[in-house]
Amino acid sequence: MNCGVCTAICPAAEIYNYDPRIICSTIQSKNEAEIEALLKSETIWYCGECMSCKTRCPRGNAAGLLIIALRSLSQELGYFVESEKGRQQLYLKRTIGQWMLEKGYCLYLEGVGTDLHPEQGPVWDWIQDNYRDVFARLGANYQGDGPGILRKIPDEAMAEIASIFKTTGAIDRFESIEALSAKKAKQMDMELDETMNNEYIAHIYSDTEKNHFNL
Amino acid sequence: MILDGKKAIWSDYQKKIADDDFYYVRSCVRQNFFPGAETTFLRIMREVLGKNVFEHPCHTSCSGIGYHSDLLPLETTMTVVARQFALMNESGYKNIVPSCITSFGLYTEIIETWHHFPETKEKTRKLLKEATGRAFEIPENLAHASDVIYHFRKEIAEKSKFKLVDKNTGKPLKVVEHIGCHYSKMFPHKGIGGAEFPFVLTGMVEDWGGEIVDYPERRHCCGFGFRQYLVSANRGYSMTSSRKKFESMQPYEPDMIITNCPGCPMFLDKWQYTLSELEGKVYGKEGKGIPVFTFEEVAGLVLGFDPWDIGLQVHQISCEPVLDKMGIVYNPATKYKGLKGKDLGIPKPTTMNL
Repeated sequence: MNCGVCTAICPAAEIYNYDPRIICSTIQSKNEAEIEALLKSETIWYCGECMSCKTRCPRGNAAGLLIIALRSLSQELGYFVESEKGRQQLYLKRTIGQWMLEKGYCLYLEGVGTDLHPEQGPVWDWIQDNYRDVFARLGANYQGDGPGILRKIPDEAMAEIASIFKTTGAIDRFESIEALSAKKAKQMDMELDETMNNEYIAHIYSDTEKNHFNL
Repeated sequence: MILDGKKAIWSDYQKKIADDDFYYVRSCVRQNFFPGAETTFLRIMREVLGKNVFEHPCHTSCSGIGYHSDLLPLETTMTVVARQFALMNESGYKNIVPSCITSFGLYTEIIETWHHFPETKEKTRKLLKEATGRAFEIPENLAHASDVIYHFRKEIAEKSKFKLVDKNTGKPLKVVEHIGCHYSKMFPHKGIGGAEFPFVLTGMVEDWGGEIVDYPERRHCCGFGFRQYLVSANRGYSMTSSRKKFESMQPYEPDMIITNCPGCPMFLDKWQYTLSELEGKVYGKEGKGIPVFTFEEVAGLVLGFDPWDIGLQVHQISCEPVLDKMGIVYNPATKYKGLKGKDLGIPKPTTMNL
């Protein structure tokens, strides 16, 4: 299999210096040195996991699913901190990961402001300024008991989520991301503390020092 | 474009959708960005169609954004999803209806994985039991909320007060339909119409009087890409993908966009604003953006719901041009009011007055 249909359809390949066909070939080569280099590279972080490759592959394979496996392995082996894009996992852990673990939602409006997401625009600013009233107007149950939009998920339910995270390895992965990121920040001579307001978090969230684009 | 041939292909991809007694699981994106859409879905199901829809207060996000941001091991996500199924089982329901396309795709992927690799299902059973004491069975029927509205689209058409028709010209509104990637790109046989010609939104639009725009980048991703949007340094990926779609659809002069994924309408709405600020370019008619809707909102408009009850005021691109064409009467003065007319101020204007 080397037809490259996955690359032809891939939105990431159009934007980034990225070729899922080559990734599949590298994995199939079983060349340990090349695979280790791949796990430390920027390349594996370019995919958007839209899974268009799955639709088009004549053999029903999915480069996007291989990417999920590679990213998982890169984190297990501690290689993710060797790439600019890989280091972003700490930001994702401290937002998406913590919100899911602590609130039961992967996204939470109070963590998404136009300071970090200017593309959300002035209507989102208006919503954020008035969120309790706007959400009440639209039938939400913001932080309320019982069912409904953005309800407070009961403590006993959140205890079950915490137990699942502990039992299935998510907490171990989170702790590993934190520890390896702290080590990397030290190597890079950057400040990193437990908050979201520090030099390392700002750097991984915003900065691009390499040319990743397919230009 | 040979539409008869396309329709013949669509007919090969049909799926069973339950008629009643639904177990609804919410979307974290839709709850945050289009709360009125979920309210509208439940209002249509319960008040207009008379269906029984149950929601368990203890269900959580499916964890799909965590999984596709590659933070959560597959075992974690499988066990979170198994817990959702356990809550449904314990509540006496068999027909699960996710609000989110990422959830729908994730549930589909996990059920398929359990089918092909039964040892993963048994492992999940053990992990769920150990972590929560719960047990689960796979739902008898899995349908996205847009599948359900598609299923009842003709009943909605019969009860409609407005059609997707320009009242001044009598012509159908030209509608771009955008399907979330995880609806059927991974498992085409699980979506109405498959991956090539998904019919789930087209069926609604055509039965409600509109005309679908068949444009070159119709199937291209909106550009969410999970980490590609969530991290600022990657966000060019997201905007570039949406821009590619806007450039492709603009020559067809669409009146509106309809979507079934919670994330897509947010991106297609917000990136139009961003591009207007960055490039001074708009893609709609008369110097405006192209209004972007969720399928629930469109169903609500067709049924005559107040536009501000369904939440059109939270859109960055003004939806009024579509309301005016459909002949929907609305009160501009109440657009940004809270309950009982509470004054909440108004959003600041955009440079291009979108």
